[in-house]
Amino acid sequence: MSRARAFWRRYRNNRTAVGGAVVLVAVVLLAIAGPWAYSVDPFDMVGRPAELPSGEHLFGTDVAGRDMLAGILHGGRVSLLIGVMASLAASVFGLAMGAVAGFYGGRIDDLIMRTTEFFLTIPSFVLAVVLVAIFSPTVANITMAIAVVSWPSVARLARAEFIAQRDRDYVLGCRAIGMPDWEIITLQILPNALPPLIVVSSLMVATAILTESGLSFLGLGDPNQISWGYMIGVARTVLRTSWWMAAIPGVMILITVLAINLVGEGLNDALNPRLRTR
Amino acid sequence: MSTVFKVEDLSVEFRTSRGTVRAVDNLSFSVGASETVAIVGESGSGKSTAALACLRLIANPPGRIASGRILLEGRDILALDDAGLRAVRGRQVAMIFQDPMMALNPVFTIERQVGEVLRLHLGLDRRAAAAEVVELLRLVGVPAPEERARQYPHNLSGGMRQRVMIAMALACRPKLLIADEPTTALDVTVQAQVLDLIQSLKERFGMAVLLITHDLGVVAETAHRVIVMYAGRKVEEGSTQEIFKDPRHPYTRGLLEAAQWEEGDGNLLREIPGTVPSPFDMPRGCSFAPRCARAIAHCRKEAPELRELASRRPVACFVAHGERG
Amino acid sequence: MNAIAANPAVPAVLEAVDIVKHYPVRGGFFAPPRYVHALDGVSFALAAGETLAVVGESGCGKSTLARCVMRLEEPTSGRIVLAGRDITHLARGQLRGLRRTMQIVFQDPYASLNPRWSIGSIVGDPIRLHEPLAREARRARVAELLETVGLGAEFMDRHPHELSGGQRQRVAIARAIAVNPSIVICDEPVSSLDVSIQAQVVNLLKRLQRSLGMAYVFISHNLALVGHISDRVAVMYLGQVVEFADARALRGKRLHPYSQALFSAAPVADPDAAARKTRIILTGDVPSPVDPPGGCRFRTRCSHRQDRCATEAPALRAVEGRWVRCHFAGDAGFAPEPGTLA
Repeated sequence: MSRARAFWRRYRNNRTAVGGAVVLVAVVLLAIAGPWAYSVDPFDMVGRPAELPSGEHLFGTDVAGRDMLAGILHGGRVSLLIGVMASLAASVFGLAMGAVAGFYGGRIDDLIMRTTEFFLTIPSFVLAVVLVAIFSPTVANITMAIAVVSWPSVARLARAEFIAQRDRDYVLGCRAIGMPDWEIITLQILPNALPPLIVVSSLMVATAILTESGLSFLGLGDPNQISWGYMIGVARTVLRTSWWMAAIPGVMILITVLAINLVGEGLNDALNPRLRTR
Repeated sequence: MSTVFKVEDLSVEFRTSRGTVRAVDNLSFSVGASETVAIVGESGSGKSTAALACLRLIANPPGRIASGRILLEGRDILALDDAGLRAVRGRQVAMIFQDPMMALNPVFTIERQVGEVLRLHLGLDRRAAAAEVVELLRLVGVPAPEERARQYPHNLSGGMRQRVMIAMALACRPKLLIADEPTTALDVTVQAQVLDLIQSLKERFGMAVLLITHDLGVVAETAHRVIVMYAGRKVEEGSTQEIFKDPRHPYTRGLLEAAQWEEGDGNLLREIPGTVPSPFDMPRGCSFAPRCARAIAHCRKEAPELRELASRRPVACFVAHGERG
Repeated sequence: MNAIAANPAVPAVLEAVDIVKHYPVRGGFFAPPRYVHALDGVSFALAAGETLAVVGESGCGKSTLARCVMRLEEPTSGRIVLAGRDITHLARGQLRGLRRTMQIVFQDPYASLNPRWSIGSIVGDPIRLHEPLAREARRARVAELLETVGLGAEFMDRHPHELSGGQRQRVAIARAIAVNPSIVICDEPVSSLDVSIQAQVVNLLKRLQRSLGMAYVFISHNLALVGHISDRVAVMYLGQVVEFADARALRGKRLHPYSQALFSAAPVADPDAAARKTRIILTGDVPSPVDPPGGCRFRTRCSHRQDRCATEAPALRAVEGRWVRCHFAGDAGFAPEPGTLA
């Protein structure tokens, strides 16, 4: 059985992972198609403030009279977009740094490791706040800030993988036949180092969404975009009377992050089976 | 010589995603006191599985002992309950493995690990156990045993660790020692030391030894009787002299020829073509027939049973029993 | 120390001159630097088409020697001369072209092939890197190579995990001979294989040597095996060569006490010979290569040691047509071997 088929089979057998994947796909579809299907501008005042969910406004309205459903749908786009892009950027950059550090060792390894240590000693959320505060809060800057605080852990993981692989016989064999370093790194070692990185990257999407939500909650989100965190933020003052205004976006974050975590764990189990046949 | 250990019709199966396979098929043999019996075979022969089954160490699931009896001085180990089994393991029957680093716990001292056996089975208190551990280490030839007892496995070399494992195995003077490839991971000179040690201790305590190995040289030097296994079954059995001087089964012959490096002088070695069949894809008839130079039509139709030759030697081969094509 | 050549008149296709390799060991912050003496002055010369065996136990440095000679690791000092050209300090770019002359086969067939690539890619890599063949021509050549090592062309699209140990080793050999090297270093190529498969692979290596004229450096711990297939044998202990002799001569007699112990320790697949053999059982373990014993390194385990052995390190000297690193080897009555071996 080919490795790809074996992978799908293992993943399929994991019910929670499949459940997570289903929920995640639903959320993504909602985020992509929702705003297009339900074309209410989330910033428009469409009704009286704090209306309960009704036939006209499925999720009611928020403190300023804006449609909550529109907010959820548009917010989903923003959260997922930032989450995925930040994670992708952090992963690519972290992988590149870690691969070079792990493969070459020596001074370049020291340099890169000291840099990652610098980042890891600073609480990542606080650093993100600082970065967004310095540069103006836009979707692009927020994505960048989250990527900047996330890449070091990817780099360390990648480095560990590359260190483990670089002394393996098959790598020595490639050097012995005169294969250039870049080819060894990208075509030989990388495919073997990917599984744990894929898992970490997918879980990082969840963390990125949470970080973005936190930033928006504090008012550091992009003022031109609705996001779930922002919705929770504006509901802060009426938490005791209109709790659903915070609960609904909160539950959306919960569902999304949970689904991503289940998928990530499923990937981990499927990519790294305990029983490897020789 | 009394029979200490007797295995009757042992079969071990494993359930896999591709079906159930028989790793060991109707294996029978016995070991007497002070006797060394070697089970020889290559990868896929089932010898290690058989060894683990003797102490019911097969992971269940996915494996299970499908049939047979394992008699230790007349009592069936397979019928024992957990308490009975624990009283046997380590006490009456001990086992040593190929990789001593795997068998020793890296976070406990030697004294603690070897002492554990003594405290568990012989009820010694900590002080008495510590003293006995030093004696055991001295017995197996570990220099400066008092210091070594307080060290950790990673402080010791491979040969020393194997000695420690032997000390653990012999702590309760078991009746049977099962040694699963005990020297394969060791250097040749250390291997010589360890084999020598096992021999002398065996003689001293009257222990029976079941040696699992693929190294015919080790077999020639230490075993009294040899059982040859192929693809899960016993194909030949005999005394060491008989097997080496007069092998009857074509596989035994092939193994011996492949192992005689001394012959030939720049000439090519005699090899056995092909590879051991996968347990999922066993050939019809004799499992060795596809690789056998002397296979006849009957071999491909029916799997030969073990039958004794005139010299009372069991061999599972039609040709060895005189059939012609 | 001159490189040890079988016949100084025949040009050597590979020479190792006084190779030293020390690995630093990190002690505590204030501890003086310590080194693992993996290799301490090893030399040999390999003639075209010859098989030179390097024999020893773990820690003797034989695998380190292989990697240093291939420049997969940089020797601390010493020279490597390939076909008359000193390649010790050659830059990476210049070394690449020479890589096709010298290849290596590793011990562990499960670790030496990248599990992500197909057999065809793995065997085709050296061709792709060194020869300007189009894809189709390359595939044809790979098919040819697979046939040569006893596997069919149908193996091209399979992956390593589908193959047995012996089959993988054949793939490793196919890759090693893909661009017609003049030297192949075999680092314990059959130690991980079953006995019956060992014979197959060794026979394959011999056949290839006859048809392609390659020289082998054959590293092993199995003395009977190397005696069978090699022309000359170097016995190593703790980073040094202790005996260097013609294979046949070594089969007949060993002069260095360690060689004697090594030969006598090897189990013989013959119960009568085994019973006849008087074993030389060495006491103690191999000393740590971090602090090798002063004087003769073998003296801590040698039953014939004398005072001079502790104070003066013996050099390799010519004794009875071979080289031995011992003060007393060859002297009348020194270290007679008990019993006889085949």
